[in-house]
Amino acid sequence: MGGQTALNLAVSLADSGALDRLGVRLIGASLPAIRAAEDRQLFKQAMDRIGLKTPPSGIGTTLEECISIAEDIGEFPLIVRPAFTLGGTGGGIAYNRAEFEDICRAGLAASHTQQVLVEKSLLGWKEYELEVMRDMADNVVIICSIENIDPMGVHTGDSITVAPAQTLTDKEYQRLRDYSVAIIREIGVECGGSNVQFAVNPADGEVMVIEMNPRVSRSSALASKATGFPIAKMAAKLSVGYTLDQIPNDITKKTPASFEPSIDYVVTKIPRFAFEKFPGSEPVLTTQMKSVGEAMALGRTFQESFQKAVRSLETGFAGWGCAPIKELDWDWEKLKYSLRVPNPDRIHAIYAAFKKGMRIQDIHEISFIDKWFLTELKELVDVEQFLISRGLDQLSKDDFYQVKRRGFSDTQIAFATSSSETDVRLRRLALEVAPTYKRVDTCAAEFEANTPYMYSSYEYECESVPTNKKKVLILGGGPNRIGQGIEFDYCCCHASFALREAGYETIMMNSNPETVSTDYDTSDRLYFEPLTVEDVTNVIDLERPDGIIVQFGGQTPLKLALPIQQYLEDKKLAGIHSGDSGCSLPTRTVSAKCLDIIRSWTTKLAKRLNVCGLMNCQYAITTSGEVFLLEANPRASRTVPFVSKAIGHPLAKYASLVMSGVTLPELGYTQEVVPKHVSVKEAVLPFEKFQGCDILLGPEMRSTGEVMGIDYEFSGAFAKAQIAAGQKLPLNGTVFLSLNDLTKRHLAEIGRGFRELGFNIIATSGTAKVLQLEGIPVEPVLKIHEGRPNARDMLKNGQIQVMVITSSGDALDSKDGLQLRRLALAYKVPIITTVDGARATIDAIKSLKNKSIETLALQDYFQTTDASQNLQAAQSAS
Amino acid sequence: MAAPPATASAPSLRPSAASPRAAAARSVAVPSGPRTVVPRRDGGRFLGVRAAKAVSGVQSGTVVDDGVQRPWKLSDARLVLEDGSVWKAKSFGASGTQVGEVVFNTSLTGYQEILTDPSYAGQFVLMTNPHIGNTGVNPDDEESNRCFLAGLIIRNLSICTSNWRCTETLEEYLMKRNIMGIYDVDTRAITRRLREDGSLIGVLSTDQSRTDDELLEMAKNWKIVGVDLISGVTCDAPYEWSDKTDSEWEFKKGQSTESFHVVAYDFGIKHNILRRLTSYGCKITVVPANWPASEVLNLRPDGVFFSNGPGDPAAVPYAVKTVQEIIGKVPVFGICMGHQLIGQALGGKTFKMKFGHHGGNHPVCDLRSGRVDISAQNHNYAVDPESLPEGVKVTHINLNDNSCAGLQYPKMKLLSLQYHPESSPGPHDSDLAFGEFIEMMKNNRL
Repeated sequence: MGGQTALNLAVSLADSGALDRLGVRLIGASLPAIRAAEDRQLFKQAMDRIGLKTPPSGIGTTLEECISIAEDIGEFPLIVRPAFTLGGTGGGIAYNRAEFEDICRAGLAASHTQQVLVEKSLLGWKEYELEVMRDMADNVVIICSIENIDPMGVHTGDSITVAPAQTLTDKEYQRLRDYSVAIIREIGVECGGSNVQFAVNPADGEVMVIEMNPRVSRSSALASKATGFPIAKMAAKLSVGYTLDQIPNDITKKTPASFEPSIDYVVTKIPRFAFEKFPGSEPVLTTQMKSVGEAMALGRTFQESFQKAVRSLETGFAGWGCAPIKELDWDWEKLKYSLRVPNPDRIHAIYAAFKKGMRIQDIHEISFIDKWFLTELKELVDVEQFLISRGLDQLSKDDFYQVKRRGFSDTQIAFATSSSETDVRLRRLALEVAPTYKRVDTCAAEFEANTPYMYSSYEYECESVPTNKKKVLILGGGPNRIGQGIEFDYCCCHASFALREAGYETIMMNSNPETVSTDYDTSDRLYFEPLTVEDVTNVIDLERPDGIIVQFGGQTPLKLALPIQQYLEDKKLAGIHSGDSGCSLPTRTVSAKCLDIIRSWTTKLAKRLNVCGLMNCQYAITTSGEVFLLEANPRASRTVPFVSKAIGHPLAKYASLVMSGVTLPELGYTQEVVPKHVSVKEAVLPFEKFQGCDILLGPEMRSTGEVMGIDYEFSGAFAKAQIAAGQKLPLNGTVFLSLNDLTKRHLAEIGRGFRELGFNIIATSGTAKVLQLEGIPVEPVLKIHEGRPNARDMLKNGQIQVMVITSSGDALDSKDGLQLRRLALAYKVPIITTVDGARATIDAIKSLKNKSIETLALQDYFQTTDASQNLQAAQSAS
Repeated sequence: MAAPPATASAPSLRPSAASPRAAAARSVAVPSGPRTVVPRRDGGRFLGVRAAKAVSGVQSGTVVDDGVQRPWKLSDARLVLEDGSVWKAKSFGASGTQVGEVVFNTSLTGYQEILTDPSYAGQFVLMTNPHIGNTGVNPDDEESNRCFLAGLIIRNLSICTSNWRCTETLEEYLMKRNIMGIYDVDTRAITRRLREDGSLIGVLSTDQSRTDDELLEMAKNWKIVGVDLISGVTCDAPYEWSDKTDSEWEFKKGQSTESFHVVAYDFGIKHNILRRLTSYGCKITVVPANWPASEVLNLRPDGVFFSNGPGDPAAVPYAVKTVQEIIGKVPVFGICMGHQLIGQALGGKTFKMKFGHHGGNHPVCDLRSGRVDISAQNHNYAVDPESLPEGVKVTHINLNDNSCAGLQYPKMKLLSLQYHPESSPGPHDSDLAFGEFIEMMKNNRL
């Protein structure tokens, strides 16, 4: 269930003998199955055995082997896929020899088994995915078929995908189905979910198997939301021995889960990217996944779901087209490049190309995108032209229906008819054109289903059937992006749980398939819809909730609550963005005096702002102990889940109850909690996926996730957080030190620290001189530009185990330093870029050397505080 | 018809059709209240224009004053259901007026196979998958030589085709075969009615001169229960069949070594049954539905097969009689209608189900092994297992409603399945059933 991380961990545990020693059995995917699917060589052999084709390829474990395979295949481009990696990390497409060697090196380093697959490129082939489930009785069902709009060459996580598959005849679909069933059996996933990816030649239907994931994947999450079949939940039941026919279909309740969902709508998923946060990396999509989130939308047709998905992305587009997009000003060369080379804005280039008169056939030949999708998109441009030619009051009711059925938002219609969104809405409602809501029921209406999982469409019959209960609408966080991840979803879910228990009907609205909030059983009712003013207003008009909670979904819903918004934009951040910095609770270095000031200011601020619920404040403290308020947000922040877990109180639940009128004394929560243990949060950064960008942190947030470590000592908590974040702290070896002038005064302390731990020190000339003056043994090494052998050579030769580099930020550093930092990343050598970080690392290594890591359950840390009692008290109070 | 187009496809419920069903239909939750017919603002200048070329038919709109065409066609057809609801729609394929029984099918793929499945004779097939026509039509995916169904009801007609095997668009194809189709209707809303009310009789019309009342009357007077639809779909004379599943699509491992002669009764047989039997090593003589049992037995076949077919098994007593004369004498295998006829021939009863099974995702449990197959299903009638004589084993059940999905009567060397092991469209899970028939014939030779 835990994806690639869990799978790799399982392999390591088995290899180390821990599973055998403790008598622990792997259920679901067995070790041989994991190996057969993840080991590129074994997988190819397995496919050969069952007579399925894979692209011409070979497995290399050294660069030399890779080159010889490339020579055998004989032509570029070539795809490089490392074994056992997450999201295709370390892989890519090589168009020439030099590029090929670079990618292979990174791939070999990234692979858990130092193994990469070098594969003939099937660029231009169509890509399909099937989600498969098998039970212990060998019953196999297909949950969902997915067709990628982006043809082969783009990681499926970065592709725009559509479910169900649209351009397969029954014979072709059944062939893929047969193959999927054969593959899950041959690989030996005895029960649970798997994902199989195929490439299909559009010219003759030839099928090749690309890969198989013997686990739930992001596609399974998507497939679950797309069909209403909860793959992970079912997989869990299957792994303890249930068979599919013994489990009821979770939505219909009456029919069994041993069936294949039929859907009577179209689902589109569009990934969300953050290339702007990684300067230096090219916004090009390859087999290595780079998206940070995704939005999904359901509509009765492809056009409707596609337009809804585009506006769900929250990237400034109210749909596809009907906007003054930048690509319209591009010349043909630039436009064609954007059509040819997959990139996050390719769909907008398609729009511009159509607007400028390019034909479907030409766009197809440049992009290889299937003509079926292109023709559907072209019709949207025709509709826009039609709208442009008419005034708003010339549109009939039928016209309105036809346009809305193609997914156009009021904003788009306003743009095309030169009117305002409000005018469009009023006119539309005057003509009685309002959305209907259809239900997701896994069976295309064949059986009755009472699960209120809904999406909008402009149809005849509305199935929503709102109730007259006391109800609250909770707006979710929309697609994950940097700075707004699942932390906010945590808050939305907890709000929903708390309010539901307090007697409210909870209604969730969100567009992110990766979340728990969009599970149909998290809230009483779910609207899988874009979070825009129009879509939210439509739901409010229909549901008439007693309250709307915008506080928990991060920026997305807050933007919808205009009046508060202006205040929020006032950002004066300095240094490293709080989302990227590690943090510790309780604080480690803040003086009691400063803490008192912060407490008093925060309380005053909350009262003055009249905040009810959560508020997040960020402070800075100067070296002289002066406190500055940086930012205050009257909403849930990304630290709420961390703090809740650190202090043992469900803050999001409390906040939602407070907002429904319960007081803090009623909750029994009036005292600041000072835990006995230390919790450390560390950011997880995606730099290895973005070739070319520097890894130095700055005021722009770039982390895509976070981890937490808990211990009774700070050093232990920090060490655990580092390990969880994937930093393998060495216990001995050589440390490379290079400190800038600003931080050189801390050099002796850091140097001694590492010496005491038994590390050898190497340093560049300036740093080495200071250390020698302090009497600390050091071996000098050349900077990259000074000649060879230099620090880069030592890094490549495995002579450096950890690096401390504080950047000078000058021109030389942005060249020399960047190279070194990127290289350290490629070779997975931990790199520390702040003095505080170096101190904490020394403490952590010391702690790891002195005692083994102690593992306690989170509950063990809270024997004295029982949070659930408070909550129960609160719920009975409300 | 005089009435102007109302909302895109909202049915205008006729006030006169105040049957309980119509009243129930009217109470369907619509947020903005019941929709009313509004007079068209442009005074009826817009006329639906049938495209010169069928491909562009969907896109061709009507001429408007400023020269920019609507990129869609206006409503030009109606579906009137016996519950009194009237559904505005857009036509494709043939025009005219047609009456039939509306059934839905939840298969996501295989509309062409469904169009050519003779079991749909007399029915309007409503596809719940909204996008139909995406892959066009090709010569290899035909399940018979004709389209027997009464019409096709879909949400969205593809405006282009994308498939390497496509030779024709769906619209061209239906036009040539004189089959009516409509699109741009709320197919899910209709499906929910069919689910609530059972299958409904409907009239599809592009004829503007007929009133809704007239069409409703047609629907109410039309009956499918008790009608012999098989005589309209069976072959005229016996013929030999020797095509296997094409090697490109063959999924069965291994070659058949033995050859068996099978006589197949054509009650509306799907070609893929014949292809699968041939792939399993059968040489087949196909005979018309009314072919005398004695002549079949004179051929001394290794086995006799009773095919699928349309309509009510109780309406074809001659077929039941034929089955009676054959079973027990040679190994027999029946599929769908064949299964029901065997049920009747054994003295059992068949009954009309509420809305039947029509899809490619039904779980069937083989009670002998406990194995669950995902199956293709298409039937409105079922065998009541309680009514069968002792010794007849129910071998398969449909897990959705526990209805009888397969029978075995070892004493009579008989096997039958209610669903479609030949798939096309649908999953191949139950293909082994053909192997069982082969085994039975093999054992009978010993």
